Amino acid sequence: MLSVILVKLLTCVIVFAISLGVAAYATLWERKFSALLQDRVGPDRAGPKGLLQPLADGGKMFFKEEIIPNVSNKFLFILGPSLFMVTALMTGSVIPWGKDFSTASGNVYSFQITDINIGVLYLFGVVSIGVYGIMIGGWASNNKYALLGAIRASSQMISYEIAMGISVIALIITAGGTLSLREIVAQQDAGVANVCYQPLGFLIFFVCALAETNRAPFDLPECEAELVGGYHTEYSSMKLGLFLFAEYINMFISSAVMSAFYFGGYNFPFAQELYNAMGLHEGSIWISIIGFGAFFTKIVIFICVFMWIRWTLPRFRYDQLMNLGWKILLPLSLLNLAITVGVEFLRGNLHF
Amino acid sequence: MLGYTITQWIFGILSFLAIMLALMVVFSRNPVNSVLYLVMTFFCIAGHYLLMNAQFLAIVHIVVYAGAIMVLFLFVIMLMNLNEDTEPQRTWLTKIIAGVAGGMLLFVLVGSLKGAEQMQLSSYGASQIGLVKNLGKVLFSEFLFPFEIASILLLAALVGAIMIGKKEIK
Repeated sequence: MLSVILVKLLTCVIVFAISLGVAAYATLWERKFSALLQDRVGPDRAGPKGLLQPLADGGKMFFKEEIIPNVSNKFLFILGPSLFMVTALMTGSVIPWGKDFSTASGNVYSFQITDINIGVLYLFGVVSIGVYGIMIGGWASNNKYALLGAIRASSQMISYEIAMGISVIALIITAGGTLSLREIVAQQDAGVANVCYQPLGFLIFFVCALAETNRAPFDLPECEAELVGGYHTEYSSMKLGLFLFAEYINMFISSAVMSAFYFGGYNFPFAQELYNAMGLHEGSIWISIIGFGAFFTKIVIFICVFMWIRWTLPRFRYDQLMNLGWKILLPLSLLNLAITVGVEFLRGNLHF
Repeated sequence: MLGYTITQWIFGILSFLAIMLALMVVFSRNPVNSVLYLVMTFFCIAGHYLLMNAQFLAIVHIVVYAGAIMVLFLFVIMLMNLNEDTEPQRTWLTKIIAGVAGGMLLFVLVGSLKGAEQMQLSSYGASQIGLVKNLGKVLFSEFLFPFEIASILLLAALVGAIMIGKKEIK
């Protein structure tokens, strides 16, 4: 019993550390990547090739003067960024990072904090609570720009959640009607990745993920030309850091979710052949680690695509953003759902 | 512990929190705080659903109520910039009328609970009914008709809201 709790705790700490570490180095990679695209060098002063830059940034954030506006609601002002960060970190708990492995004594350990049978819904629940962080923070700043930014952010997130949810329903139907992330990934084990069955669904999900994480070209909430700094205008020091940092964690987690939903998670082509050639048996820890490596590679590719888009496309106008969400993505996702249901019915996978 | 099981302890704590937070919704002078207390109340109620092994209901309760509806509430309150100063002072007459009306509502609600303990749980296995698969099977077989009626009702409300909210056609 105790060892189970210890292992779970260890898994929690590892997932927590990986989320934070990836987010920290994503900030550096974002700057390096933009430098690459714009033919510059990028940050290269702190440490070899600038590798210590995230530490320097973090240190700077901590030591900056902390300003809480006099007229704001102090409690809510602090609650806002904390809530945003907490919800960003909570999403990592249902993602299956690798295959289960068993020890010689027969104990089975998994690379997942918890496998609840409503994992997909849990993700949506946590994401929808994350909206409160932005809204409360923006409102408690007592600043019109911050309020406008917060309202933009939350209405954008609510709008795109709908198309995202419907594209996920189509995915769940093809994945055999399970809401557990582990089963969705396991179902792609031997066969084909879900993206082959759900190309349109993946596209919709991807666009919505961009909007949900407030990334360019949907970064209107913090559009500096119109709104100064958006919902974090009044924030300084580490509270601003939490907002910015949580965005990178969200990006990491949504990349992980996309790889798990549509690209097979820890599975990769010819995995079984590779394991056979290496002489690994089912349940070996090396299978879990290689699978985790494959999963991580997919995540890194997605993060790069996120950044590539940010440094390529200009920002939308707000009405264009809403039109895209409600008049294009929502009907498209409904169409995708209808087609999916029709095809699955003809294949005989649905029963009445 | 004191003759109660852990489940009973959790139930007691959750109930106490839910009632306290619900009271705070009413007594809080600042509308934004009220909304936030209401969100926390919803979380407590979701906890009750979890205790009854109704995971699907719990998470949908959070997604729909806390995640969508209350955000819209918060929108309106934030945009109207309501706070303690703008709250109108009501006369004694309106307070008495409100008290009587609220008391009657309470009376009706409590009355509807009478005889609830004699109701039978459906035969689907009380501990498993909350799981997505079982709930879906029951909803789409035995209770299909009420389910569809409810969805038509919601659709009508949706269309109505859009009609009211639409700009005048010139």
